[in-house]
Amino acid sequence: MPESFLNFKDSGCSSVEYRASPQRMFHQPSLHRSSVCSTFCTDGNVQECLLHITQEMASLGLSPIWVESTRPSELEVVAVLNCIHDLIQLHLKDLRALENMEVEQLKSNSSIDSLQITSTQLKEELEHYKRENNGLHERERQLQHKVKSLQHGLKNEKEEVQKLQSIISTRAGQYNHEMKRKEREFDKLKERLNQLLSDKKDRKQAIDVLNRVGRADGKRSLWKTEKTEAKREEEMYKTLLNDYDNRQRDLLQENAELKKILQQMKKDMVSILKSKKSTKTDKFERFQKEDDDDEEEDALNSTKHSVELFSDDAREQLTNGVRLQWRRLKNHMETLDSKVGELPDRDYSSVSGQTQEQEMESLKLEIQKCKDFIQTQQQLLQQQLSSPCGEEVTLLPTKMQQEKERLEGEWETLEEQRQIFDRERSNFTEAAIRLSHERKSFEENRAMWLKYHFLNLSPFPDSNKPEMQSSESPFSIFEAENNPGPAAENDFHSLCEGSRTKAVSASSEDRRQ
Amino acid sequence: MNFSELFKQSNHLCKVSPDGKYLATCVQYRLVVRDMSTLQILQLYTCLDQISHMEWSSDSQFVLCAIYKRGLVQVWSLEQPEWHCKIDEGSIGLTSSRWSPDGRHILNTTEFNLRITVWSLCTKAVSYIKYPKACQKALDFSRDGCYMALAERRDCKDYVSVFVCDDWHLLRHFETETQDLAGLEWSPNGCVLAVWESCLEYKVLLYSLDGRLLSTYSAYEWSLGIKSVAWSPSSQFLAIGSYDEKVRILNHITWKKIAQFDHPSTITKTKAVVYKEEEKRPALSEDLSLHLNSSSSLFSSQSKYEILSLPVHLPVVKPDPERANPKIGVSNLVFSSDSRYLATKNDSIPCVLWVWDLQSMTSVAVLEQTSPVRCFQWDPRQNRLALCTANAKLYLWSPGGCVAVQVPAPGGFQVQALNWHNTGHSLVLVGKDQLCLCYMDEDQDQDQD
Repeated sequence: MPESFLNFKDSGCSSVEYRASPQRMFHQPSLHRSSVCSTFCTDGNVQECLLHITQEMASLGLSPIWVESTRPSELEVVAVLNCIHDLIQLHLKDLRALENMEVEQLKSNSSIDSLQITSTQLKEELEHYKRENNGLHERERQLQHKVKSLQHGLKNEKEEVQKLQSIISTRAGQYNHEMKRKEREFDKLKERLNQLLSDKKDRKQAIDVLNRVGRADGKRSLWKTEKTEAKREEEMYKTLLNDYDNRQRDLLQENAELKKILQQMKKDMVSILKSKKSTKTDKFERFQKEDDDDEEEDALNSTKHSVELFSDDAREQLTNGVRLQWRRLKNHMETLDSKVGELPDRDYSSVSGQTQEQEMESLKLEIQKCKDFIQTQQQLLQQQLSSPCGEEVTLLPTKMQQEKERLEGEWETLEEQRQIFDRERSNFTEAAIRLSHERKSFEENRAMWLKYHFLNLSPFPDSNKPEMQSSESPFSIFEAENNPGPAAENDFHSLCEGSRTKAVSASSEDRRQ
Repeated sequence: MNFSELFKQSNHLCKVSPDGKYLATCVQYRLVVRDMSTLQILQLYTCLDQISHMEWSSDSQFVLCAIYKRGLVQVWSLEQPEWHCKIDEGSIGLTSSRWSPDGRHILNTTEFNLRITVWSLCTKAVSYIKYPKACQKALDFSRDGCYMALAERRDCKDYVSVFVCDDWHLLRHFETETQDLAGLEWSPNGCVLAVWESCLEYKVLLYSLDGRLLSTYSAYEWSLGIKSVAWSPSSQFLAIGSYDEKVRILNHITWKKIAQFDHPSTITKTKAVVYKEEEKRPALSEDLSLHLNSSSSLFSSQSKYEILSLPVHLPVVKPDPERANPKIGVSNLVFSSDSRYLATKNDSIPCVLWVWDLQSMTSVAVLEQTSPVRCFQWDPRQNRLALCTANAKLYLWSPGGCVAVQVPAPGGFQVQALNWHNTGHSLVLVGKDQLCLCYMDEDQDQDQD
């Protein structure tokens, strides 16, 4: 028994050992029934093992296998068996629970699977429906677009219908108008017909001329014969032909002018291209060929000039030539344009850039200089303007005052001189007047004296002598006054001169002052 | 500019003789012939009833006076005042009467267009032309007076007959490709005949003198078509005015359209000068006697032209859509004598006159008047356009500018029509029942307003 018990114990130990960690047992889904031989209980630690097991059994809520009261080394078999039975029951219960759980897990797995399947199915369906929805949206959009275009078309059609209706109405109006007119005319005709039928006196047509009048051109009229008819036809055709001739002449002239212009244009274009050729050396080869062509054409043209330019060939040649030259010119212009666009990137650019920069700088300097100059000028001007406003200017006051004073003095002297001149002028006039008076009186005296002298003239010298003597003085006076003009005038002149010199001296003196 | 005094006239019948020496006016039943320079009455003739139509013969020797009411035509001679001629159409009636180009035949169109009677003053002979068409312009003489084109209608088809005016010999007779021919006109050089359809279809046919169809032109279908046609005096251009308010110019070499002139109601972009007539009423002063003494009436207004800047809105008169022959479209086209300018009028904008330059094919002037333009004519010698708008003013346009002249005529004289003298020195201004002569001063330059 003890061996079996030991064996049992061993297996129990092994199982116990295997049960070393109680948590482990609960978490394990499958139990290893064939457990490894454990080393939990050995001969040495039996008591401890017993204690340990008892504790664990207590923790599990099972009846203990060992009570302290009894002998420590012996175990209660019943208790042990009960324990083992409990344990087994527990174990079975756990197994069952585990099985159930496994089943449930399987169930849940399968349900999960089925749910997953359904979910994927539903997702697919959702996708499907979404796509359908998009498709339907798209169709709706297209249909709306169609509706719009149809509405637009409808509007156009309505407008056209309206237009046509208005046209129809105007035409109908015209037709009605014409109809009414014709009906009125018809009625009038009927009336007139009735009138004519019932009319008693039929007024006949008649012409009443005093005398026949000659034809305007004075000729006699001709009989109607075939010859005249033919002549008429001839005249008609002559007019027509004349007109056509004139027209053709005009057109020919126009054509000739246009051809001349075309030729001129072609020549100009060729010359322009040739001159461009000579400057562009890199394009020499390309133009070489064209040069030959041009020469050929020129040769052709010179020959053609002698021949009339009215043949179709010549005309075509000319137009083709012009077209060719024009195309060349266009290409040339295009290349030039592209080159102008590229210019800044080339070698020239640096040189031109430099020069440009230099120029810019120089210009800027100039601008600065000018600005400075303007500023200084402005300042000076401001100073100038502000000085008369009463501000004390440090530099010039005394000089200006001196100038002022000098000017004032000069002004005064000039005024004085003016007054003197006025006075002297008045003196002169007075003197002149006086002189004229004196002269008049003198003349009168003279006349009187002459009269007296003449009247008193006698052959006797004595009687006259004293008178003569007495009259000598008058005579002498007379003589003196008789050389009159010169002397008196001289005197007068001298008087004038004297006064003038006086005045001059006075003025010069004044001036000197 | 000098104005003569007013003379009486009736029915707008006053014409200057072709040689320019005489002026004939009709006053009720009297025919008054005056000397053009002195305006003295030279001859006075009395007709049997009120004169409906009066025309000079081409050699200025005779004057015909037609009395449509009575179916009578009376012809008077200037040389021999006692000479008389009376043509009685009898019971057949008379609707129109005219001279032939040689001045010796009279063509009378009877009532209902039954026939045209050709009376010869030389031989007293009578000829008849049957089936003339009753349309806008059925008969036209070529400018040199050699040929006459007549539109006829037989069996609901249109024909054109070309007669030689010398002996009324039928030269050509051909059917035209028209539904309802409205008019025909010779080109000034006499070689091409332009024939156009009624307004229900836009179609112009060009026939050569010998009856061949040269070309057809149709601008559009269905809408109302041609309203007026005019040849340029050089025969180079044919201007067609239509109901769509446009003028199309055809050239004589290819008979294709070379230009199209629009007449819009709003002008936004043009190189033309837009003139607008501005009327200024003079302020009445206290001293009314001054005004009463002056020759112009108390309520006359001064006019001058202002130059408008773009954009310009022109006054449109909307036509009645119900009525026939609506007042829309270019109704009047007149070329200047050197074919350089064309003056046009659009009926839906009746106060405005357009002047086009045919060298540059653009408009050069737009004249906006205060009232509808009644009559406009080019000076036969220069590029000068005279127009009137049924008020007491005369308007003149030339490339140099525009001027409005007050006609110093008393008593509310309104200029309703005008005729240039063939020398371009004077104008005959025709009112309701008065006429006035205007003598141009050739020395003065025209002022630009």
